[in-house]
Amino acid sequence: MAAQSGSLPRYIVQRLLLLIPMVWLTLTLVFLLMRVAPGDPVTASVGGRLPPQALEARREALGLNEPLIKQYWDYLSGVLQGDLGKTITDNTPITEIIKDNGGATLELTVAAMLFALVIGLPLGLLAGRYRDTAADGGIRLFGIVSYAAPIFFIGILFQLLFLNVFPGWPLLGQSTPITEFTVPTHTHILLLDSIIAGDGSATVDVLKHLMLPAITLGLLICGILIRLTRVNVLQTLQADYVEAARARGIPERKVVTAHAFRNALVPVITIIGLLVALLLGGAVLTEQTFAWPGLGSQLITYIEQRDYAAVQGIITLFAIVVVVISILIDIINALIDPRVRY
Amino acid sequence: MATFKGILAPFRETTGFARWMLLIGLVIVVFFVVLAVGADWIAPYGFAQQSANGVDFKKAAPPGPGHLMGTDRLFFDVWSRVVYGARTALEVIILAVSVSLVIGLVLGLISGYVGGWIDRVLVLIMDVLYAFPGLLLAIVFGFLLAEKIGAGVISAAGAITVIYIPQYFRVVRSSTISAKESTYVEAARALGAPGRTVVGRYLFGNVIHSVPVIGTLNAADALLTLAALGFLGLGIQPTDGAEWGFDLSRALEDVSSGIWWTGLWPGLAIVLLVTGLTLVGEGLNETINPVLRKRRLRKITVEETQK
Amino acid sequence: MTDERRGMLSVRDLRVWYGTERGAAKAVNGVSFDLMPGETLGLVGESGCGKTTLGRGLLGLLPRGAFVDGDITFKGKPMPPLGSKEHRALRGTELGMIFQEPMTRLNPLMRISEHFEETMQAHDPGISKDQVRHAALEVLRVMGIPPTRYRSYPHEFSGGMRQRLTIALALVLRPAFIVADEPTTALDVLVEAQIIKILADMRREFDTALLLITHNLGIVAEACDRVAVMYAGRIVEMGAAREVFRNPEHPYTQELLRSTISLETTGLTYIPGAPPDLIMPPPGCLFHPRCPSAMEVCYEQRPVPLQLDSGQRVECWLHGPEDQIPSGGREPKVMREELSLADEA
Repeated sequence: MAAQSGSLPRYIVQRLLLLIPMVWLTLTLVFLLMRVAPGDPVTASVGGRLPPQALEARREALGLNEPLIKQYWDYLSGVLQGDLGKTITDNTPITEIIKDNGGATLELTVAAMLFALVIGLPLGLLAGRYRDTAADGGIRLFGIVSYAAPIFFIGILFQLLFLNVFPGWPLLGQSTPITEFTVPTHTHILLLDSIIAGDGSATVDVLKHLMLPAITLGLLICGILIRLTRVNVLQTLQADYVEAARARGIPERKVVTAHAFRNALVPVITIIGLLVALLLGGAVLTEQTFAWPGLGSQLITYIEQRDYAAVQGIITLFAIVVVVISILIDIINALIDPRVRY
Repeated sequence: MATFKGILAPFRETTGFARWMLLIGLVIVVFFVVLAVGADWIAPYGFAQQSANGVDFKKAAPPGPGHLMGTDRLFFDVWSRVVYGARTALEVIILAVSVSLVIGLVLGLISGYVGGWIDRVLVLIMDVLYAFPGLLLAIVFGFLLAEKIGAGVISAAGAITVIYIPQYFRVVRSSTISAKESTYVEAARALGAPGRTVVGRYLFGNVIHSVPVIGTLNAADALLTLAALGFLGLGIQPTDGAEWGFDLSRALEDVSSGIWWTGLWPGLAIVLLVTGLTLVGEGLNETINPVLRKRRLRKITVEETQK
Repeated sequence: MTDERRGMLSVRDLRVWYGTERGAAKAVNGVSFDLMPGETLGLVGESGCGKTTLGRGLLGLLPRGAFVDGDITFKGKPMPPLGSKEHRALRGTELGMIFQEPMTRLNPLMRISEHFEETMQAHDPGISKDQVRHAALEVLRVMGIPPTRYRSYPHEFSGGMRQRLTIALALVLRPAFIVADEPTTALDVLVEAQIIKILADMRREFDTALLLITHNLGIVAEACDRVAVMYAGRIVEMGAAREVFRNPEHPYTQELLRSTISLETTGLTYIPGAPPDLIMPPPGCLFHPRCPSAMEVCYEQRPVPLQLDSGQRVECWLHGPEDQIPSGGREPKVMREELSLADEA
């Protein structure tokens, strides 16, 4: 019955090894997905703009005339070397697009996650603690409605609201053009770059632009966090060890916070992977709504242009990000919960 | 085994909150079903109608006489588009959820019953599918299907279907496996009952309990996905029908002009229907899931203590 | 029955009722006993007789809406109403509890050291971690837990060791009175023996008064000074353990002892019927439907507590008091009341 806590390193290695088949499977899926479409990607995207020889040349360059297996192999080996190919429409390496626009998406999703955690977790704990009171009902309703309202709808409402109440507030974009051009690029994450440059007004500008999109996207997952923590708290409050703590004379407030709440929060870690997946999907919508210059809006632009290569490249990145984060979360969970070390 | 009364029993035992959720949710959903079914009679105009009785509609007129919710930049009546949007929404949801249910069920049954490498491969594929950002999956599929068969109800529903297959697959698969291996089944077999019947009955009871909850919550999610696809232009064509998400994408440009009614009403429709479906799903979940059901302990009255 | 307050804990007429849809369930319905420092009182009875409610009630661990009434004196002073804030303040330093299932009574995310720190700091905020460690290791030593395990997590211990940990946690603040609710039921026989020995030693080492709730008469014989037999919310017999086992005065006690299995058992005896409905109990003596010696009076009047010459206290018309039995009351009841086995408690 007694377990050894020394198996943590082994567990981490196990999880990291799992990375390989999962990434491989995901990449295969993406590859197959993109080959399901009819016709050939080159014609679809730039067919009208180039003469037939140029189109043929493009097809050759992209390796579209090769047998499927070779294309698959090229794709996989390319990804492993960090090469996600080039776009059809403007021949840009996908990695460059990611470099230029990834930072904005990162900024947005991280800010949204922070907002959701800061708002959602305490609300969920309170709802569970004060079960079946008006507060509980209100919080649960808030959780349901915040998920039910589409991101673009919330975005529109926010924009309408701020237009009337805070007329000067920026409603679109990541920053004013001035900020964008004056802040030197180091990390490609505008917020960090403004802070690094010590540029106060630029930082404030970026934050002002960030606020509405981040809240809008964060609301998407707020409801899930509320629901999860609430259910967890309901269970931990009835736990045997909670009653035993009461019997030892631990004051009720401490019992609720140090035992019930704390133990209720730990399982939240396990769904971070799911939340990241949702955020990535939601980011696409948020970026469209707020004209946010991230990978999401790029994806939509390339979809409209039927640029299969670009779509494939960006989706590949997203897929890898989700898998890597899931594995990381497993590891972090093992570090926090002493029971998870098989 | 699971008699009708048996299925209903938990509902009668529900305490206040869950019952309310269920009730309110059902009312909302029924309302939209009525809108969808009776669209032709309820909506004053067609969803792409730009004039009536020889008079053109005004462009982007605020709510007022003749146009309950105003008109948009394309001269369409907003209220009519909301009503017809309900029809589109329900068509797509029902199609998507039932198809993914059937596919997930069949695959789950096969996987659970046959086992072996088929099972392992299917589980791996489903896990990856499940972990993948749902919306992105729908976007890609929507994009591809739109290319193949043209954007419309079928392509939208198809794109959405894929996302939910893994959930049904998992539930049915685990029920099949535990039904196959349970000692209950062994005992029944020992008594001579044919394996298939027993597994079937046991499975039926288990699945009956989880599918309604998953199904309604899926429907809620499917609607959001449909709206997202519509917003991104990957959904229904405006000439084929009205779709709330698509209308919202057009309403986005109206914001700067202070026009609020083109976005508010379709948006509220989405919020309301999704909330309704979620309430039904959560209400069902609370009644069926015994962990969340609250035991009833009354407080003792003073008179009783005198006895 | 003397009204004099004796000993460390003195309970008079304790009632604990639960509210249910059908009415009040009288789980504890007029219980009185005394407990001396360092004494172990065993509390036995079938499931549903109210012994757990009694034990938990004394610690104030009752669900919301429970009705509590009674007169309790603790260490010479009246005890605050059970469940009140002042009563809860006694937990840890004066009152302690050992629960039945050790596997789930420790927080899986907290080390044992943190459990001790939390407990001691709740009652003495200024205490340092070293002081806690010192006190904890001392108690753990008595429990047979080596100091090297002080910073381990609960899941690294077996069931028996976890029970010893919870006992140590209950003891570390040296409460005067501890309730142990079926502390060994969830453990195997060998471990059970160890735990019982520890509880017996507790008496000597720490002078703690212990209320040991169990349905296992063997444990009572081993570890208890006195025993109280409980039935349907009342104590029907109480006395020195050895005496009660040698000369059980109440028919229920007799039946209990007869149904105990030992190496000499040749046939299985059981008490027919089921415990009564606590919401609508039968008239007269609560045990009469299942009593082999039931008399006429038993069907009509509740028996009163009686102190016997042997020192035992019993509630049974077989022993009188005579002046309260109407004429003809001593006639054995002709027909046995129909036992509805469907009335499972």
